[in-house]
Amino acid sequence: MKNRLKVLRAERGWSQADLAEKLDVSRQSVNAIETGKYDPSLPLAFRIADLFDLPIEAIFKKGE
Amino acid sequence: MSVTTKNPANRRYTIRLFVLMTAYVLLLILAKWMFKRGLAEGSLAYVLALLPAMPIIGVFWAVMRLLVEQTDEYLRMLMVRQCLFATGFALFVTTIREWLQNFDLIAAGDHGFGAAFFWFAGLGLGALYNRITLGEGGCV
Repeated sequence: MKNRLKVLRAERGWSQADLAEKLDVSRQSVNAIETGKYDPSLPLAFRIADLFDLPIEAIFKKGE
Repeated sequence: MSVTTKNPANRRYTIRLFVLMTAYVLLLILAKWMFKRGLAEGSLAYVLALLPAMPIIGVFWAVMRLLVEQTDEYLRMLMVRQCLFATGFALFVTTIREWLQNFDLIAAGDHGFGAAFFWFAGLGLGALYNRITLGEGGCV
C-alpha cells in the first residue's frame, strides 16, 4: 500500500515524533508506515485519517 | 509515546525481566549450595532442582504478556516476528542435536544448553533479523 503520510506530515511541519505522539504510537511505527514497510490496521488508518481530517483513500492507495 | 522506553508495556516487561532474572540467579545459587552440601534429599531435591526453572518459565510468561499488553501494533508485530524466529531457531537447533545424538555422533545431554537457552538466543537473533529486514524501524 502507498501512502501520503510523509507529505501530509511535512505540510503541517510535524516531525515523526510529533505525529507519533498525536497518534499515540511509537516513532518507529510512523517511520515504518511512511516508508511502506508496514501497513497499519484499519483502526489506526482511521485514526490517521481523523487526525488529518481526510478520508482514508486520500491518504492510502493500493499498490506496492 | 514517541519513544520505546516510554511505552508502558515495554517498561512493565523490563521490570518483570529484571525481577525474574534476579530470582533466577538467587534460586540457582541456593539450589547449587544445597546440593553441594548434601542438604537436598528426597522430595526437597525435586523442589530445589525445579526452583531455578520457575523464573525461566516466568520469562516466557513475561514475553507473552508483552504481546498481550503491547498497545503499539507495529511494536507488537516486531515482537511476534522475534518470537516466531526464536521458536523456529530453538526447534531447529534442538532437532538437529537430537538426531546427531540418536546416531551417537555427538554426546548425549544438552550440557546446560536446553531449548530455553536457544529460544532466548533466538529472540536476540530475531531482533537482528528485524533490524536487517526492516532497517531502523525494526528495532523494538
